[in-house]
Amino acid sequence: MTTLTTALAPGSLPARAEASYAAKRRRKLVVAALVFAALAALPYGIRDVYLQNVLILTLMYAALSQSWNILGGYCGQVSLGHALYFGFGAYATTVLFVTYGVLPWFGMLAGGLLSAVVALGLGYPCFRLAGHYFSIATIVIAEIGLLLVHNWDFVGGAMGIQWPFNPDSWWTLQFARDKIPYVHFAVGFLAVVWFVTWLIEGSRWGYWWRAVKDDAQAAESLGVEVFRSKMAAAAVSAFFTAIGGGFYAAYVSYIDPESVMSFRFSLLFALPAVLGGIGTLWGPLVGAAILIPLTEISRSYLGGSGNGLDLMLYGVLVMVVALARPEGVLSLFRRTRKARNEEATP
Amino acid sequence: MSSPVATDPLLRIDHVTLRFGGLVANADVSLEVPEGQILGLLGPNGAGKSTLFNLISGTYRPSEGRIIFRGQDITGLSAPERCRRGIARTFQVPRSFDSMNVVENVIVGGFARHASAAAARRVALETLDFAGLAHRAEAVAGELTPPEKRRLEVARALATGPRLLLLDEVLTGLTPSEAKAGVELIRKVAATGVTVIMVEHVMEVVMPLVDRAVVLHLGRVLAEGHPTEVVRHEGVITAYLGERHRAA
Ligand SMILES: Nc1ncnc2c1ncn2[C@@H]1O[C@H](COP(=O)(O)OP(=O)(O)O)[C@@H](O)[C@H]1O
Ligand SMILES: [Mg+2]
Repeated sequence: MTTLTTALAPGSLPARAEASYAAKRRRKLVVAALVFAALAALPYGIRDVYLQNVLILTLMYAALSQSWNILGGYCGQVSLGHALYFGFGAYATTVLFVTYGVLPWFGMLAGGLLSAVVALGLGYPCFRLAGHYFSIATIVIAEIGLLLVHNWDFVGGAMGIQWPFNPDSWWTLQFARDKIPYVHFAVGFLAVVWFVTWLIEGSRWGYWWRAVKDDAQAAESLGVEVFRSKMAAAAVSAFFTAIGGGFYAAYVSYIDPESVMSFRFSLLFALPAVLGGIGTLWGPLVGAAILIPLTEISRSYLGGSGNGLDLMLYGVLVMVVALARPEGVLSLFRRTRKARNEEATP
Repeated sequence: MSSPVATDPLLRIDHVTLRFGGLVANADVSLEVPEGQILGLLGPNGAGKSTLFNLISGTYRPSEGRIIFRGQDITGLSAPERCRRGIARTFQVPRSFDSMNVVENVIVGGFARHASAAAARRVALETLDFAGLAHRAEAVAGELTPPEKRRLEVARALATGPRLLLLDEVLTGLTPSEAKAGVELIRKVAATGVTVIMVEHVMEVVMPLVDRAVVLHLGRVLAEGHPTEVVRHEGVITAYLGERHRAA
């Protein structure tokens, strides 16, 4: 190979840039540790069970939206069918626990692996579709999945499955008297997905995925394996979405097809990331912190979730963000920082 | 690394044809590019120059013919595989990754050589330094000025560690002083041993820079040779340079 770069004297500019980059990456970890520690402490200050429930759901959707963000935000493949993987996780965990006595921890893992494999199988044909066609295909596939589960008696069909009542325990993830352990599980889940995303951001996959999102043809010319990138992103994304499904099943302790696989979930995974900032580390949490409490309030005031009013509310919200801030709420802060940088450079 | 026999060209395009439906974008093109040359690819708009770049870099596959790179038939290889083997390109309309900053754009190229992020980043920073863009490393790619965008295209391609670099109109639309700076960069790249094929319209720029020129017209090779011979070629004058040039 030509030795273009080794022929260069190692200038001080690259060396300095490298050091400041490493420091910046470490700083992000420290900030994250502080944020997650604060979130874990939060329920001790909130004794109200209703508010604790909102907190748990917010954290869970933040983690699920981050999982969606791995494929939709970083790699640019906008899935509106992630309810399928959420359902797989919920059903795998529930059936394995209720029917076979397998602890939910293992059930989640099984559901996650199953979802990753299914994502690869579906990605094989779907990733040959461009843009909107891909999104439409994901909606259709998830709806087919919902129909199949509806008619599958082994997993309870339309009736669903009830978790048995057990004493509170971290083994079975069942806590009837105190919701704080669920908060902690949700924080842990969010922290894990955040950390994995942080790792990916600094790795070749992260750069490849963003390159694929921005311009697949330019990416290919620079050695990026576009198809493999999409497949890998889909597998990781599906895996964590299923883990969230397993957690949700344990939390609500009763599942049926509509309550874990409806299209509403697919929207609820995508929207926080879109709202907060797509393809960013904190966008999904910021978006979920705005959207999920709003959802719960609208549920109490507008009554139930069956009338689709809340979906309309999300639609309006996302349209407002898309028009005013296409890069999400987080970009409000980034703009000011960029402006500052520009002042600094002559 | 095994080097091919000294007489083997770095790149050989062997009777390549590409059709888009009824339109023949490249018709029976044959070319040889020896290692170390700067080759100018000339011709009017629509002649098939960018299409030929797409065929060499693997964006398109030829309808007929073969492409041989370093003695190996690469006609069936994917674009990323060709990149790893040492072919890099820029695009006529710059295609930066606009959600990334400048150095991140170049890191993507660096990963063609190194799987490790630290190594890819080091390559990217050094390449930016080489390309004169180090001071813009942290700028968002979408906010670069046009000449900076062109430089970024070149830097990103260079970071992949190419033996053959395809430059598609990287100097077009620049002011004379910007173009002069661009020419210096191309010379600097060539001096490191990288073979260059470049598309460029301004003859004042092409003539002193390239070792050899090839003129395409309607997808065919119309003329080929030393730039001073090519501009005197009767067919080239009528098809491309125009009567004005003959008079001058
Ligand atoms: N993807 C494509 N589909 C159909 N026609 C194309 C495509 N790309 C290029 N062409 C046609 O091929 C011809 C050569 O185009 P191009 O290689 O871009 O010319 P040049 O770069 O020399 O200006 C033009 O007539 C152009 O319209
Ligand atoms: Mg062109």
